[in-house]
Amino acid sequence: MDGIHDMGGKQGYGPVRFTFDAKAFHSPWEVRVNALYGHAVRLGIFNMDEYRHAIERMVPAHYLTASYYERSLTSLATLCVEKGVVTREELEQRAQGAFPLAQPSAPGRGNVLARERFKVGDRVRVRMDSVPGHMRMPGYIRGKVGVVVGISPAYPFPDAHAHGVVSDDEPTYDVRFHSEILWPGSAEPALVHVGVFESYLASEP
Amino acid sequence: MPDDKPVIQRTASVEARVDAIQSALDARGLKASEAVEELGHKAKEEWIPRNGARVVARAWVDPEFRKRLLANGRDAVAELGLAMPRHHRHLVVLENTPKVQNVICCTLCSCTAFTIIGLPPDWYKDLQYRSRVVRESRTVLREMGLDLPADVEIRVWDTTADTRYMVLPEQPAHTKGWPEEKLAEIVTRDSLIGVARL
Repeated sequence: MDGIHDMGGKQGYGPVRFTFDAKAFHSPWEVRVNALYGHAVRLGIFNMDEYRHAIERMVPAHYLTASYYERSLTSLATLCVEKGVVTREELEQRAQGAFPLAQPSAPGRGNVLARERFKVGDRVRVRMDSVPGHMRMPGYIRGKVGVVVGISPAYPFPDAHAHGVVSDDEPTYDVRFHSEILWPGSAEPALVHVGVFESYLASEP
Repeated sequence: MPDDKPVIQRTASVEARVDAIQSALDARGLKASEAVEELGHKAKEEWIPRNGARVVARAWVDPEFRKRLLANGRDAVAELGLAMPRHHRHLVVLENTPKVQNVICCTLCSCTAFTIIGLPPDWYKDLQYRSRVVRESRTVLREMGLDLPADVEIRVWDTTADTRYMVLPEQPAHTKGWPEEKLAEIVTRDSLIGVARL
């Protein structure tokens, strides 16, 4: 989905809040959230693609104002409700207040049928696909041409795996793009590499 | 005047919401509080940058290990007793040179090789770093204290699949000949992400 989470290249967010040797956690509840969602994955209540997608389904205004671990908490609770492990009413009763959850999911999809295999050095073009469900293609590479610089072992296909759709695992390719191709005339020179699933790519002459 | 306004239920505090889900899972026998103890300990004591620092120090002193690390990071870190989650099937180690600076990010969420380089710092997960580092890398690095010479090529790696990345920083010249344990002490998490040089 073309959601609020797809932040790469968006402008206007201001300076990075950088401090030397910054902490991963600021409060004990953050450590608990991190453990709880990891535990839920371990129990098989949901998988990592479902987890990421439930974060993406948050109401944009909530997403932007929530800290990282509040987004994590929202995904955990949303999926536990959707999977029938708990009810929202019980959570709100226990929390003594409203418990904002993510919005419902749209359908997923299976692998692209006409998939091609690539090797290091191949020129590839990112397909123009846009789907209402989960996908791991950042919008800034859609339709862009790059070169394969690395190949990873096959992983579950996120567009399917986040939605319980049966699919084949797919290799991902590390694709190198020039920043000038991604944002013509409005990017600083750099080589930007993105891990791209095979279904998202087509060969480019 | 009658109070006919609808009741607006206030959003529970985030701590109260965490308590709610944890206690609800406990009530179903899912041992959430035990998991908080166990995984909380791992997050604070085991998934730390010290792991990646050991990997870097070994690569600096052992050229054969360095080759294996660059060829297959996941297998190489296992030689040091370091594990990665099952869904992290590949660790790509990115070698810095005097003319190349690698930097990692995750624009879609905040993925990292957390068992190796540690759970990510706050700024890595913030909207500012995620939105800007792919498009304004040199400026962002400068703002973070890394002012690279103009002839250094910046290579940004966006963690959009389940492949994980780690930067292999250059060894500072004055540390040649140091023992491996001492070398590991100078390797910072920020250098493993690529926003600092040593």
